[in-house]
Amino acid sequence: MNSMIALAVIASAIRLATPLLLAALGGVFSERSGVVNIGLEGIMIFGAFFAVWFTHLTGNAWIGVLASMIFGVVAASLLAVISINLKGNQIIAGTAINLLAAALTAFFLELIWHRSGSTPICPDMLTSNPLRVLEGIPFIGDLFKQFTPFVYLAFILVFVTYYVLWKTPWGLHVRAVGEHPKAADTVGIGVYKTRWTCVLISGVLAGLAGACLSIGTVGLFREGMVAGKGFIALAAMVFGKWHPVGSLGACLFFGLCSAIQIQAQSFGLNVPSEFLAMVPYVATIIILIGVVGKAVAPKADGTPYEKDEA
Amino acid sequence: MKQRLLNAWSVLKLPLIAVLVGFIVGAICILAAGSNPITAYAALFKGSLASIPSIGETLYKVTPILLTGLAAAIGFRCGLFNIGGEGQYVMAAISTVAAAWYFQWMPHFILVPFLLVIGILAGGTWGGIAGVLKAKMGINEVITTIMLNWTALYLSNYLVRTVLNPSNILGDAPSGHTVVVPEVARLGKLSSMVPAFGFSSVHTGIFIALGVAVLMWFILFKTTLGYEIRGVGLNYQAAEYGGISSAKNTFLAMFISGGLAGLAGSIQILGLVYMVNQSTELPGYGFTGLSVALVGLSHPLGCIPAAILFGILDNGSRQMQLAGIPKEITAIISAVILVFVAGALLLKYASTRYEKRKMKKNGPVQSGPVMDTAGKGVE
Repeated sequence: MNSMIALAVIASAIRLATPLLLAALGGVFSERSGVVNIGLEGIMIFGAFFAVWFTHLTGNAWIGVLASMIFGVVAASLLAVISINLKGNQIIAGTAINLLAAALTAFFLELIWHRSGSTPICPDMLTSNPLRVLEGIPFIGDLFKQFTPFVYLAFILVFVTYYVLWKTPWGLHVRAVGEHPKAADTVGIGVYKTRWTCVLISGVLAGLAGACLSIGTVGLFREGMVAGKGFIALAAMVFGKWHPVGSLGACLFFGLCSAIQIQAQSFGLNVPSEFLAMVPYVATIIILIGVVGKAVAPKADGTPYEKDEA
Repeated sequence: MKQRLLNAWSVLKLPLIAVLVGFIVGAICILAAGSNPITAYAALFKGSLASIPSIGETLYKVTPILLTGLAAAIGFRCGLFNIGGEGQYVMAAISTVAAAWYFQWMPHFILVPFLLVIGILAGGTWGGIAGVLKAKMGINEVITTIMLNWTALYLSNYLVRTVLNPSNILGDAPSGHTVVVPEVARLGKLSSMVPAFGFSSVHTGIFIALGVAVLMWFILFKTTLGYEIRGVGLNYQAAEYGGISSAKNTFLAMFISGGLAGLAGSIQILGLVYMVNQSTELPGYGFTGLSVALVGLSHPLGCIPAAILFGILDNGSRQMQLAGIPKEITAIISAVILVFVAGALLLKYASTRYEKRKMKKNGPVQSGPVMDTAGKGVE
């Protein structure tokens, strides 16, 4: 009996961690190249909405996924233009994207379905396990029942991100641009191009994270459904020290907190749910203070780069 | 005279263009929704300015965002990005309700100032945490204030559900909000003094907010403290060299900034809301405050017209909805203004660069200080 509850908690922790993980990986790309992405939350809102809209239009949830990535890129390019080319303030740009996403999606909701609050349920969704074989594994087979395609995708992407950023020449360029853009520029690395690519990748990933919340979980879009998850992803990225594997650990930990919060009653745990909800934020502040190994941001994170004119 | 006008234009063009672009994008959205932008905007302004009660309602909306705008502005002046206005507001709101309940035996004229101070201290403490971490350990205040926002929200939710719940204090059925602030602790309604304000919710808090705006102008530009804060914001290394402690002023600026956002929370509770609800979302005043500060060029007096603008947008949206236009339009306009302000720093940036290039060619010419972060604009 106990092991069943444990399994249920673990499964739900992993499922809850998935959207956070996708967005956090987006954050890793963007911030490793030196662009702070406060707009993850807003990009997720866009992703969640357009995934649902395009699923309604085409009846195919995979087209919805594609749309979430495309519109994630559109939203991210706003951040890229402002923070890379115009050298505007990245924090304001991110905040603006968050506000714009909430307002625009509510507006489209009104325009397309003439209702506010939420969309109708999608004709197709991605809420079931694509790899039924795994359910046959003894003991832990049940774990996979709740896994959506997004879960597998997110876990694969952790290692892809790690490989790309730490084991390829381009990844080295990205990190160089994030640490010391001038030095990178001197050796011929295109700072703007690298940053643009990374910000757009973060748009793809945060858009996917949004799709995971809508068509990958409840099959509809609801206003306020992202409810700070973009900021938890940001926290996870910081908590994971701007590293994909670290972010994975952080997201699982945060996911576990939410899972326990949801299932606290079933095993008679008497911690107020609000305190469990607080854990990601407090833990991130603690790790920043350096109590448990200091987290240090890429050195040029948040500073626009200005090319010298020769 | 002409020179002065030119100077004023060069300073004001950025926010004015931003607002114009916001309204143009809004008009495009209205067209997309199949309505006439002119009718829509007429409804917007009619809803917020056409009668004394609607002006009163607009002033009610202006009150908290003017204060959170001032909070953001003082942060910008010190080179700090306080996006923790949300959390500071929330902490102050919940503290105010608690204090109002437990100190309701005090007479009105002592209780109200006391509660406002409680709000300032609660918000100031919440901002001060980020201030200390920045000043002592160099931890980026953007991340800490974001984390503190959500921490505050859940802490408040916990208190609403348990300690301050009517079920705990009065033995009523559990409810989603706190006990109600007693009559004695409430701010006066303008409509009870000037009947012309009619149904509007405007309360004396608007005078406090306006007074604080003037006070902040005085502090920033006429006192040593303000001079030091601005010095740190313009160039903290130069300030240190000149004997100004950047750590001390960073903390003070964050504390004052948090205190102002806290005052917004306190006034909002005592002015109209009278209680705190459980919520899954941040109240949003802190983010609007960022827009107010940016459009107001981080000048305390500039924040006043900026706050009025956002108050008009907020209040007019209902009238627009009655005219059959989605009310989200005003939120889109606000967001576009912010997008444009973020990007339009380019204008300022390009012009400083132009000056710099001119300087290289013609030798030093008079030019303003080079500014690289948001909002460090006029004096």
